[in-house]
Amino acid sequence: MLNVLWLQSGGCGGCSMSLLCADTADFPGLLQAGGVRLLWHPSLSLESGHEIVDLLGACLAGRQRLDVLCVEGALLRGPNGTGRFHLLAGTGQPMTHWVARLAAVARHVVAVGACAAWGGVSAAGANATEACGLQYEDDRAGGLLGAAFRAAGGLPVVNVAGCPTHPGWVVDTLLALAAGVLRAEDLDTLARPRFYADQLVHHGCTRNEYYEFKASAEKPSDLGCMMEHMGCKGTQAHADCNTRLWNGQGSCTRGGYACISCTEPGFQDTGHPFHRTPKLAGIPIGLPTDMPKAWFVALASLSKSATPRRVKANATADHLVVAPATKKTRLG
Amino acid sequence: MPPRSSPQAPATRLVVGPFNRVEGDLEVRLDVRDGAVAEARVVAPMYRGFENLLEGRDPHDALVIVPRICGICSVSQSVAAARALADAAGTVAPPNGRIATDLMLAAENLADHLTHFYLFFMPDFARQAYARQPWFAEARRRFEAGAGEQSRAAIAARQRWLQIVGTLGGKWPHTHGVMPGGSTRAIDGAERLRLLSLLREFRAFLERHTFAAPLDEVAALADESALFAWQAQAPERGDLRLFLAIAAAAGLDRLGRGPGRYLVHGNAGAPAGVWDETLDQGAGALLPLDLSGITEDISHAWMADDGVPPRHPSAGATRPDADKAGAYTWNKAPRLRGRACETGAIARRLAAGQPLVRAAVRRCGGTVYTRVLARLLELAEVLPQMERWLAELQPREPFCASDALPDGGQGVGLAEAARGALGHWLRIERGRIAGYQIIAPTSWNFSPRDAAGQPGPLEQALAGTPVGDGEKTPVAVQHVVRSFDPCMVCTVH
Repeated sequence: MLNVLWLQSGGCGGCSMSLLCADTADFPGLLQAGGVRLLWHPSLSLESGHEIVDLLGACLAGRQRLDVLCVEGALLRGPNGTGRFHLLAGTGQPMTHWVARLAAVARHVVAVGACAAWGGVSAAGANATEACGLQYEDDRAGGLLGAAFRAAGGLPVVNVAGCPTHPGWVVDTLLALAAGVLRAEDLDTLARPRFYADQLVHHGCTRNEYYEFKASAEKPSDLGCMMEHMGCKGTQAHADCNTRLWNGQGSCTRGGYACISCTEPGFQDTGHPFHRTPKLAGIPIGLPTDMPKAWFVALASLSKSATPRRVKANATADHLVVAPATKKTRLG
Repeated sequence: MPPRSSPQAPATRLVVGPFNRVEGDLEVRLDVRDGAVAEARVVAPMYRGFENLLEGRDPHDALVIVPRICGICSVSQSVAAARALADAAGTVAPPNGRIATDLMLAAENLADHLTHFYLFFMPDFARQAYARQPWFAEARRRFEAGAGEQSRAAIAARQRWLQIVGTLGGKWPHTHGVMPGGSTRAIDGAERLRLLSLLREFRAFLERHTFAAPLDEVAALADESALFAWQAQAPERGDLRLFLAIAAAAGLDRLGRGPGRYLVHGNAGAPAGVWDETLDQGAGALLPLDLSGITEDISHAWMADDGVPPRHPSAGATRPDADKAGAYTWNKAPRLRGRACETGAIARRLAAGQPLVRAAVRRCGGTVYTRVLARLLELAEVLPQMERWLAELQPREPFCASDALPDGGQGVGLAEAARGALGHWLRIERGRIAGYQIIAPTSWNFSPRDAAGQPGPLEQALAGTPVGDGEKTPVAVQHVVRSFDPCMVCTVH
């Protein structure tokens, strides 16, 4: 069994709460059958107080094998590098010290969520708490453990980034580690598992017809594409949110809100309001990934001029006002 | 000459933590004397500074930032922010938007109650400390951490239940669909039926597992004698009845009594107000809530002391000072007219006039037993309300009004999170957030002492809690702490 220790620091606990929404009829059974044993998890384990401190000590002393250290939440290095913005309860020791020491004895280290990966929302603005990720600070390698860190198993920190993470991303990562099939080449350039990070949020977006014709939403609850005006970064954000859905049938874009690219480092400080697309001379600054600007401009003007009336009318309504015409789809 | 010895035995200091099965990190410092807690100090050991990082941003950014305060009451944070923005802009949501938001908030609150009962609170009764109790084997079979049959079933039910938020708001936690003008996701007629099916599925779980009885039957229990008679009819059926048996055997109705004053911001099912146990003469004692009486005392918080008396949150400030002498927590101490208040499901059920909760509070006050009972009754009462709200949705009518925020102004956003009264106080200047102060339910419940030395609600509730010989993490203390369903990430934010 893969022994997993899960610790939380400068975050909201939402990745754990999201994990419990994993698409299964028996969550503990899913982990168990996949060869994953939770040594301790903040929401799911019995042990409390001194029992936890004893367990951490046993891991450090080698009396307890530690296969995976999962960290949720940013590492709070402040004030002034002391780590006192989070002293682990019952120990008087900065959480940053505990995490650094445990990472040194763990076979694998997993950053669960944007905060543990890059700092995330906890590092927003002036970052008064000196929050950072395990091995990154926004998109700069480093973080708490340093760019050169490799866990005993040979991998860098595995960044299961997202705010929150999709439960499937975490389950798949743990099950892959348990099966011994997560290799360095399975991680992207930011050490995110490629099984979800090689996708774009745009893939499978239900607004794709609006995107094709540049029929754009203008206000919250409109059905149209949210890239032109509403701040949507789905064409640039790496994640499979619209093919591996959330909480049943959901995703941010299906919920009527722009993708804020929460799997990308630094998403918390975009330099513009989240709900508004920054533009230069009327053209969105953030163009679709892999698309040359001239092509985008040419295609956009062509498709805008070819927008069917139905698509145009529905784009600025909150429900279908024009249904697709019925026509024969067979030959003859 | 040596100083005269105290007539009391010296207290033993016990530092308890980290707590789990609470949201976030928590430490409790206990002075133990004669086998019981003499004094307790509650420590929120982590600070992130959300209020300050909101300053200078576009006001709408609050809708993305504040849900990330908390992964378990994320929607309630969104709702409070949306209401603060709507207040500043003078925006009124259309009925559909209001109903969709109420549904998402209620779905989150009920999910939290379920999570608390099955995953956070009950597993402690499967501890070896209770191995000799006649109910132990059953408690262990149902609630053992990570293995209990009922706990596993509850996780599955919760997963299905939160699909309501997936449909109405895209995802949970951290939905962005809650807006000042309503909700961003219009629901059509077919989706409304699917949502109704999800409500019925959850009702079936509660009626089969939690209550082993129709919800209406549970909600209609008028007083404790009716409750205990109902329990005696089929003591082995359903998790509420097992809880009642354990509560009676373990004396949970004498454990963890709070300050006796309850604060409610109000929601679609319960009016706002303040309930004072000492004023309840049988007909109830819901006093009006005067928000201007709220202040935050920072005397024992690691917050820079500027010599100003406790401030109202609309004029509040958050300036961390890790070196402050005499401080022991990152949490400020919210007070209503100088007094500590408890907030949560008991407060809401008292305000809503729930007869059983009123009767239980009249007999034994706000205790471990009453807190858990009030949450379970809320599950039984709110789910049927949600079915009615869903029926009121009008497909093809608007869900979201546009909001035009002023360049300057103020707004207050109040909500009832699962854990109780949540408030956001917002100030906008030159189109940017100039001030943002948050008081979360656990900020009230787990507040430290104030300048007058008045302990916070948990600190009061822990006094007198028994501590067994050699107990390092006393089990009764854990019951009291978890009975509040604390959310520490909200507490300090």
